[in-house]
Order: sequence, then structure tokens, then C-alpha cells
Amino acid sequence: MKKIVTGVVGAFALAMMAGTALADDTTLTIATVNNGDMTRMQKYTDDFTTANPGIKLNWVTLEENDLREKVTKDIATKGGQYDVITIGMYEAPIWGGSGKLLELNALDDPKDFLAADVNGLSAKGKLWAAPFYGESSMIMYRKDLVEKSGLKMADAPNWTDTRALAKKMTDRAAGINGICLRGKAGWGENMAFLTAMSNAFGARWFDEKWHPQFDQPEWKNTLQFYIDMMNESGPQGASGNGFSENLALMQTGKCGMWIDATVAASFVSDPKASQVADKMAYALAPDNGMGKRSNWLWAWALAVPAGTKKAEAAQKFVGWATSKHYTELVAAKEGWANVPPGTRASLYANPEYAKVPFAKMTLDSMNSADPLHPTVKPVPYTGVQFASIPEFAGIASKVGDLFSQALAGQIKVDDALKQAQDYSTAEMTKAGYIK
Amino acid sequence: MAIKISARRQIAFTIIAWTIGILMFFPILWTAIAAFKTESDAYTLPQNFLTTPWTMENFAIVQARSNYLLYIRNTVVIAFVSTILGLLFAVPAAWSMAFAPVTQSTIKWSGWRWLATILGTAFVVGLFLYALGWDLTNRASIGFLALVIVIVPAALWVFSRNTSDSLLWMLSTKMMPPAGALIPIYLIFNRNGLVFKDWGWIDLSDYNIMDSFWGMVPLMMLLNLPIIIWMLFTYFKEIPVEILEAARMDGASLWAELTKILTPMAVPGIVSTCLLNLILAWNEAFWTLNLTNKYAAPLSFFISEYSSPEGQFWAKLSAASIMAIAPIMVVGWFSQRQLVRGLTFGAVK
Amino acid sequence: MATSHAQKVGRWALAPSLAALTVWAFVPLAIAIYFAFLRYNLQSDNTGWFGLNNFYYFVNDPYFYKDLFNTVALVLSVLAITIVGGTGLAILLDQPFWGRGIVRVLMISPFFIMPTVSSLVWKNLLMHPVFGLFAAIQRFFGASHVLDWFGTVPLLSVIIIVSWQWLPYAALILLTALQSLDLEQKDASMMDGAGPVSFFRYIVLPHLSRPITVVILIETIFLLNVFAEIKVTSVGGFAGNLTYLVASQLNEATDIGEAAAGGLIAVVLANLVSIFLVRIVGKNLGT
Repeated sequence: MKKIVTGVVGAFALAMMAGTALADDTTLTIATVNNGDMTRMQKYTDDFTTANPGIKLNWVTLEENDLREKVTKDIATKGGQYDVITIGMYEAPIWGGSGKLLELNALDDPKDFLAADVNGLSAKGKLWAAPFYGESSMIMYRKDLVEKSGLKMADAPNWTDTRALAKKMTDRAAGINGICLRGKAGWGENMAFLTAMSNAFGARWFDEKWHPQFDQPEWKNTLQFYIDMMNESGPQGASGNGFSENLALMQTGKCGMWIDATVAASFVSDPKASQVADKMAYALAPDNGMGKRSNWLWAWALAVPAGTKKAEAAQKFVGWATSKHYTELVAAKEGWANVPPGTRASLYANPEYAKVPFAKMTLDSMNSADPLHPTVKPVPYTGVQFASIPEFAGIASKVGDLFSQALAGQIKVDDALKQAQDYSTAEMTKAGYIK
Repeated sequence: MAIKISARRQIAFTIIAWTIGILMFFPILWTAIAAFKTESDAYTLPQNFLTTPWTMENFAIVQARSNYLLYIRNTVVIAFVSTILGLLFAVPAAWSMAFAPVTQSTIKWSGWRWLATILGTAFVVGLFLYALGWDLTNRASIGFLALVIVIVPAALWVFSRNTSDSLLWMLSTKMMPPAGALIPIYLIFNRNGLVFKDWGWIDLSDYNIMDSFWGMVPLMMLLNLPIIIWMLFTYFKEIPVEILEAARMDGASLWAELTKILTPMAVPGIVSTCLLNLILAWNEAFWTLNLTNKYAAPLSFFISEYSSPEGQFWAKLSAASIMAIAPIMVVGWFSQRQLVRGLTFGAVK
Repeated sequence: MATSHAQKVGRWALAPSLAALTVWAFVPLAIAIYFAFLRYNLQSDNTGWFGLNNFYYFVNDPYFYKDLFNTVALVLSVLAITIVGGTGLAILLDQPFWGRGIVRVLMISPFFIMPTVSSLVWKNLLMHPVFGLFAAIQRFFGASHVLDWFGTVPLLSVIIIVSWQWLPYAALILLTALQSLDLEQKDASMMDGAGPVSFFRYIVLPHLSRPITVVILIETIFLLNVFAEIKVTSVGGFAGNLTYLVASQLNEATDIGEAAAGGLIAVVLANLVSIFLVRIVGKNLGT
């Protein structure tokens, strides 16, 4: 038995030494998401490391959901695994407000950041994460199919016309679906789309006293409209389609239109990946004449967790990655179309960048989303396609499951809404919002 | 075969058996076909898999994009080291249970009495913690003490049982839902994890075995330990005791008994146990997905990360899948007879 | 009989494994019990004693009973499919035909595939309603509306995937058992004029009862904790099981307290199953 005890203690001692060895050098560990802009940044880190000798960069690149789960756990337990983290508009105000992030102090001209980004990433009047790229959502549609249908797509359409157009474009025998929308369950998947859509229908997640609003007619209108439209003109298996699935459908010419993230425009218009690249056109997300559009607002941003021991180096890195200098570097090496979009007013003032197609539509979409006043009726939360409270992700995931089932025809719209109402009421009571 | 079977029947069986075999293998075959197609051809695979050109480019792209070699290295390290470590624990244990069984429990309590004792201890400790405000986040020493007190009766129970009960208990630990243990393990692995934080007299703030082999290898070993003990035990059971007894009569020492008689007879069993453990460790997905990011991330992680915000890339996904499963599948093909023999767990004499 | 020296050494030889497994089984359990009574959401600072509320909320989750049902349905139907199908396949493979070795290799291959890969393959390449092979076959036969597997029959889809992974295991174990059946016994019963049905009923089936027990035990261990197949095919809301429900409490809601409570409920249920199963196995294997 003694041997075992010695062995166990020895193993732990070794493990600790391994940990200490890692902590001694000046390597920054950066947790980031595996999208194109972030992957591109990893190619240009030489620019940073030569300017800052003594700092090495170590990248941990994760898939979006995985990144969120792992970073969340690490931040909450003050695990200190990461020195720089990539987070979104959902997390930044929550963590910033509760002291889990350090204030950023080495930013390049923070006044130049777009107001939409700054509003979404701030809490208590301070910016907690520096936007690396920003996006909204818009309609991407096939010019050829719209022409064939004999109808027209407005630059700023409403939902009724959009639905009629989708129905007209649908030709299931030829494998063409009028409209492709997210249906896969998840707060960042179908609920991002549906929450943004519900804003145009006058719905809201919570009233001023944090009571869920799924029992109100606005939500019923939203969900019913969405499901009817998808049954009329959507693809088969829509309840399993998220961003990437819809992108694949669009690129292979199976969709007439698709309402999703503005960054997708560069993928559907890329002739190497898309069979319909030359037929794409863009429009603002639809509204319903109530003053709010169905587009969301999101930014991937860099932040420094309070648990890091290398704050100074981390601050420098965040400053570099979100600087105008970095934008110019990418523009010089790979052209203006590849710079991270949606963060700086100066970028959109640049005549070179204005030549990029969909640059203007991205800016217009972002400007039309207001994270501080997302809904027609007043709400106690910020965020366009989410409510910026810690409990939202969990509640919206479940609600997303229910709505996805309703889309698949497994349960009725009324049942889905009722269960969503019951569940979110219970969760909000548990969390102490509803007294 | 004593019964003559007509050639016609044999042809019929051949056709049926091959059809079923190919149907079972078909999903893998289909993936392999998709892996050698270009991205846009892969989407229309069912219509044109014969007419479209073949390409190797996907494999190179997967390596360039995701550093496949890193993940396969991690997988090999975790699978092999945990297997060897597991054998170090399991071989003595299986030997002991097969050849020197404990027939009587050393403490003769009924199961209910044990349950009451263990739960009672937990309850008393719980009351104590409740009185302290149920807050251990800053009192690691109290938490550790509570843990030790709760573990003592459980350990007594485990150590006092006879061999057949022990064996079944070991198996039943394998039935524990991993979801229940995830958070505790996460916190133990994590630097500053709430459980072992701030001891006052020792600074453990740099202790961190998250996403490292120091954490994943022992974890994988523990996960598979019950199965490999059981498998080895069934192999050892098949070794006739008479041989050992004869040797003991002849005054052979325990050491000689182990090295000269037992080991040669046990080698086939140990080999097939190794194989099973390798396969289980290679394919484990729950813990690796939750506890690794990079330094100890194996192939199951590599595959799950292979969805991309720029699209679905089915051809590349297929290529990545084939790269992840091919090594272990080939090992499995060549060793399937021994493996299947072991997997019967002694149910077939 | 083992000597007392061997007995003594035996105890020491067993101790490391017992100690390791005691720690493995009880330390996480104790920590989970602690958290189950704590109000503790990772993203919130509102932390403290929460009594039995976590258990209450977990059981009243709209998915609890559904997922409980799914867990049981998944285990039972995969067991039924693999054992019935496996017996049939084993009898077939026991017949003489050309290329037995290759067919065996083809058959066992799914057993080596990691769950993440098999789920992705079935979801994207086979069952996908637009690009999948099954849909293409349906369209080839003139169907205008193809089956959306994960949308309309999610549980069945998961059952098919999991059965595909485990059928080879059952078939090959039972085949090994069949091949160990005494040839003379076979001949004798044939001579007696016993038909194939009564031969199967009175000779084969009793002979297979032990291996079938083993198959049930091993498969149940893994089937209770099916996770990757549900996560990767994203049918958690449609056909989730308890493991998935607990993991989603943790990963999506980041609610440690409720996840721990759910984990404990799953542990209790799994233990009920294991007591039952282990009894049968203990009897049947005579350990």
C-alpha cells in the first residue's frame, strides 16, 4: 500500500511540475474560433512577435459551440487556461459586468469602432472586448430565380412579400426550395434567427418584470408564419439545418433565398465553392412595418480574462489584432475583400473597401440593428437575437428544441409555445428573476 | 463437417452472406468513395459516383488545415500508455481473483447495512458542511477532509468483499453515467478548480492537468480498467488450476509459478485484452470531447471539430473520417479472431 | 486450494485496482452530491445552498420523462435488434460458403468505428433528405416526398445507427459460441430426425444463453451512455437520452447544480439496472 501512496503522490508532484514549467515562459494562450478570419490571423502573427520579442503565441482553435462551452467553464472556475479569449456579444457584457474580464487598455483608436459593436460589447459603460469582426444578417437571393418568378425583391422587403416570392420560386420537382432558414435547435442556431425574426413581429422574450412572453400573440404569429412558410417553400429536413447545412444547400443551387449572416455572402459568391456564385444578390432582412427588422447583430471580439498572469502581453496582443494596422496588413497581402469586416468606421470610409460587393449592405444591416433597444415593446435586457443574461443560453436551447420539433411537425405550434412558456417561467423562477 | 451440403445450397449461402457482409460494410465504403471525390462532386454522390473523377487532394488539405498528425500522435500516446498502465493494475488483480480468490467477505454485513452506513456517513458529513454554510470554494482543506471521511466506509466496503462480489462491483462501476462524474473530474483537473483551491499552506495555483496526458492517460486507464480486469480474469480462469497446484506441490515459488507457468499460458489473453483496450481508448468520445483542446486531443476530438463555419465540406469530412478510423480498423481486421474470442468474456468454453 | 501465501500476495495484488476504482467511483460521486445541493450556474454569481430544488427542476424539466423513455427504448430496441439479428447472422455465417474470412472482416468493421464518425457518415452521406443516398434511392423509385429521417423518425434513426455499430459484436460472439457447439451433438440430433426448428429450440438456444447474457451486459453498459450519436446528429431535442440531458444542462445551461442532480438521478437509475443485470450475470457465469 505504501508503494501506491508514494506512487500517487509522485504522480501528482510530477503533474504539478509539468504545470509549473508551462507557467514560466511568456507564451500567450489564445482561444479562438475556427472561422476564416481567425485562421487567417494566425498566418500573420510574425508581424506581432517581431514587434514584441519575448512574447510567443499559442493558438487553441475550436469549433464555435465548443469554444463557448470550454471558455465559459474556464472563466467561471477561474481556470486560467487562456490569456486571450474570443467571445461574442452574448458573453462580453455578462462577464465584463461581473468582473471576469480585465479592462482593455492598449486599444488602437477605440472611438473608431462602430457604435453597434461598442454598444453590444459594453457593460457598466465600459468596453470589455475589442471587436475583431462584426456581422448582421440579410437576405441572399438568386437573381435568376426571382426573374423567372416574375416578382421582384425590394432592397428592404417585408415579410408578406418575401413569403409570396419564396412560394413562387419553389419548384420541388426541380429540387428548388424558395427559402432556406435555420431550423436546427440551438440558441445560436434556430433561436438566433427566430428571435431576430420575432422582433419584426413585435414579440419579445421577457417583459419588464422578466416574465417570459411566449403566451402572447406576437410569438404565436412569428412561429406560425415561420412554420407555414417553411412548409410551403422550405427544404426537406429543415429542422436539421443550421448555418453550414443551409450554406451547402445554397451553394449547390437548392435554395431561392437564404436569410443568414452577412459573412456568408463571401462564401456563396465565391466561384470556387459555389455553383451559383454569379447569380447572387442581397437585400436587407424583412420587416413587418412595425419599425424593427429581422436582422441580428453579432461580433467576435477579443477579451482578456481576469485570471491571466500575463495581462500586459495579452493587452498588447488584443490591441494589435483589432488595430487599423492589422487591417492594412491583410489588405496589402490578400486584398480588401479579405479584411475582417464590420468593426471600424474608418474601414467603411475607405474608398478601396467600398469597392467590395456587399460591403455597404453589411454596414446598413449592422446599423439597422440596435442591441440597446432590440424590440418594439420595452425589454429589460440588451441583445438583438438573445437576451444578455447568463440563463439565456440554457433556456433558449430548450426552447429551440421545442421550436425545431414544431417545424418538423412533431408537436403543434400551440404546444411548443405552451411548453416553452412553462419551461422558461420555471427557469426564470429558479434563477431568482421572477419573485 | 459431417453433413454433406449440396453445391447449390453453398452457392445460395455464399450470395446471402456476401450481400449482408457488404451491406454492413457499405457505410464505410461509401465514406471512402466520398473521400476521393472533389467537394462539389461529393454532394451529388448518389447520382454519379462512377462517372466523376477521383482525387487525393482531400487528404492533403485535411492535414494542412487541421494537423492530423498531432491528433493521431495524441491518440496513439493515450491509447498505448493507458493500455500498458491498465495492464500493470489489471494483471495482478486478475491473477489474484482467478488463482487466490477470497471466498468469504471479511466483514459480514448485509448490503442494506453497508448502504445505511455509507449514506449515513455522507449525511452526517453533509449536516456538518451545511452548518458551515455549504461553501467549500475557499476552504479546500475542509472539503478534502469531508471527502476522506465519506470515502472511508466506502473503501472498507470495497476492500472487505469476497472475490466474486468484487468482480461484479468492478463491472458495475462501468455503468456509472459519465455525465454524473464530468463536473467533479473537470474541477479536479482544472487549475484553481474549486475543489483543490487555496489550501492556505501550499500554493497549488499552478497545478493543472487539464488537456494534458497527465490527466487523460490515468482517466482512460480507469475508464477501461473494469472491463480489462474482467476479460483477463476470464482468460486466467481457463488456465487449468491443476497445473498450478502441481507446481505448488513441487515447491515452485510464487515467482516461478508466475513467470514460468502462468505467463506463457496467459499471453494470448493479455494480447487480446490489449487490443480491446486500444480500441476502446481510440474511440472514446465523451471525456476527450469535454476535457481536451489541443495538447492531449485525440482523433475523436479532431473529427468533432471538423465542422466549419465556411461550409460543410463533405468530401474533406469523409477524408478526415477515413484517416481517423483506418489505423484502428486495420489493426482490428488482423486481430479480429483473438479479439472476438476475448470479447466472449469466458461465456464460450 | 490456494496456499495462504498466495492468498496474502493475492490481496496485495488486488489492492491497487480496488483502490483506484474506489477513488474513481466514490470521489466524483461525493463531489457531485455536494454540487447537487448548490445553486450554482457557472455564469452567475448567485451561488449558495439550494436544498432539493435542483432535483425538483430536473425532474420537472419538460424533457425528463421523454428522455427517460428514450433511454429505455434505445437500450431495449438495440438489444432486441442486435440479439435477434445477431443470432440469425451467426447461424448464417456458421454455414459453409466461399470467402467466410472476408465476410467476417466486412461484418465486424462497424465495431471499430468511433461513434462520432459513424454518426456523421449516417447523417450526412446516407440519411440526409437532400444529398443522402437513401433519399436518392427513394427519388429513383419515383417518390416526390422523401423521408426526413432525423426530423420525422429521430429515435428510430439513432436506433439504426447504434444497432449498426453493435450488431457485428453480437453476431460474432454468438458465432463463436455456435462454432463451439459439439459437432457430434449436431450430428446426433440430425440422425434422430430432429427438424431444424426443434434443433434450434432445444440445442442451439440453451447453448447460446450464456453468450447472450454477456452481450446484454456489455451492450447495456455502453448503450445506457450513448452520447456522441445524439450530439453529433443534433437530435437532442427530439430523441435525447438522460446522458444527453445531463450534458446539455452542463454545456448549454452551464448549470452545475442541476447537472449534478441529474447526474445523480442517472446514477441511481443505472445502479438499479446494474443490480438487476449483475445478478443475472453472476448466476449465469457462475463466477
